[in-house]
Amino acid sequence: MTEKENKKERKIVVPGEIIVSGEDYLPGDGTERNGKDVVAKRYGLADESGRLIKIIPLSGVFIPRRGNVIIGKVLDITMNGWILDLGYATNGFIPLSECPRYINKGDLGDYFAIDDLIVCKIISISGRGIDLTVKGRGLGRIEKGIIAKINSNKVPRVIGKEGSMISMIKNETGCDITVGQNGLIWIKGDKIDNEILAKKAIEFIEDRPFIDGLTDKMEEWFGEVKK
Amino acid sequence: MVEKSKYTKRIDGRKFDEIRKMSAKVGVVKEADGSAMFSFGEGKEATTAVAAVFGPRKLHPQHMQDPKTGILRVNYDMLSFSVNERARPGPNRRSKEISEVSKWALVNVLELKEFPNTVVDVFISITQANASTRCAGINAASMALAHAGLNMKSLVASVSVGKMDRTLVVDVNKKEEDYEEGEGPTDIALAFTGRGQEIGLMQLDGKIRPEELKEAVEMGKKAAMEIIEVQKNALKDVRGEEK
Repeated sequence: MTEKENKKERKIVVPGEIIVSGEDYLPGDGTERNGKDVVAKRYGLADESGRLIKIIPLSGVFIPRRGNVIIGKVLDITMNGWILDLGYATNGFIPLSECPRYINKGDLGDYFAIDDLIVCKIISISGRGIDLTVKGRGLGRIEKGIIAKINSNKVPRVIGKEGSMISMIKNETGCDITVGQNGLIWIKGDKIDNEILAKKAIEFIEDRPFIDGLTDKMEEWFGEVKK
Repeated sequence: MVEKSKYTKRIDGRKFDEIRKMSAKVGVVKEADGSAMFSFGEGKEATTAVAAVFGPRKLHPQHMQDPKTGILRVNYDMLSFSVNERARPGPNRRSKEISEVSKWALVNVLELKEFPNTVVDVFISITQANASTRCAGINAASMALAHAGLNMKSLVASVSVGKMDRTLVVDVNKKEEDYEEGEGPTDIALAFTGRGQEIGLMQLDGKIRPEELKEAVEMGKKAAMEIIEVQKNALKDVRGEEK
């Protein structure tokens, strides 16, 4: 997030509302041009960066994008891959070819079983479905730890500016945390108490979507809790 | 030439073009993707609707799926305790009709092309009824859809315009709906889009002259724009809840 560079408070806009008027501006995500005006198409925070006007969503369902790292749950196993629930209207698919090692056909269930949670990456979104991969660092099945679930629109807040927030939580709790863009967060620590502390910290962020300087508040919060 | 209207003063003392005091709030149903509450009037005299939006999500039954666009499904329900005499719960002829007309009023502002084969479900529950329930329902649903982060052309506001004998009034309540003197009661439910002020719903119950209808639509339009302001303020007020 760019709170610090962008001192001007961003205002909440509703669909159909004129954000700015003038030919100089460019309509970005969630906005459209109507004659001279740039009009909001959805509910959210209007963000002005230079000439570009876009809307930062505040609520709603997760919309997958290419390159997102997400956490999905295995729903079904087919002849050549796994079908995953991503918390979206369309299911995802991991083809056998996107697996880091060779797997015999028929042994797919041994690698990822039904109900397993998988950290994966979106490689393509087409009309037919969403294709995923587990090739890459940090991708694969979730072994130990706990899962926290938040609204997917709050994910950028949990990560913080250049990952400042998430690395602070990692340092304070000593847990390993993987944030899925779809709002599922995998917390893995050596002690269950630390995992719960990290989960509470994430819930603390989720409850405060508008506060500026949240990283500092978080530090205070950790100070209080650890006493 | 025209007789004077017998309805010279409104039962609850409002002006003829005055809407009951409105209140609105978003985020009332935490489990939903978007939700809102809207009411006309206060206390015992209020009409209150709660709307919850889920989706876009997978559409079942599968044969209803449209590969070109997502669809909207609206379910209007009057809760059993919303009226003095217990309302029999569950769908009935009236609720099915209102669900469908509410859908027509809302679907034209929504842009669901990006989400083929999916559905957006809107559940409207009337928790307290005192006439104009479909209008309160549409107002709540429009806010809930915006709150769910869906792409919309604008908000939708709905209001009823009544004709008591020969007097046109805005936002009819139950007592006015039952007004029987003179020409009797006429009730027109109207919905307008926020941008362009296009008509999304017009239902006429009773009798009215063409010139009076034109006037009623104009009155409704003016009232609807007031409602849009209330909806906007409620959507923008989420910041205040936290410290």
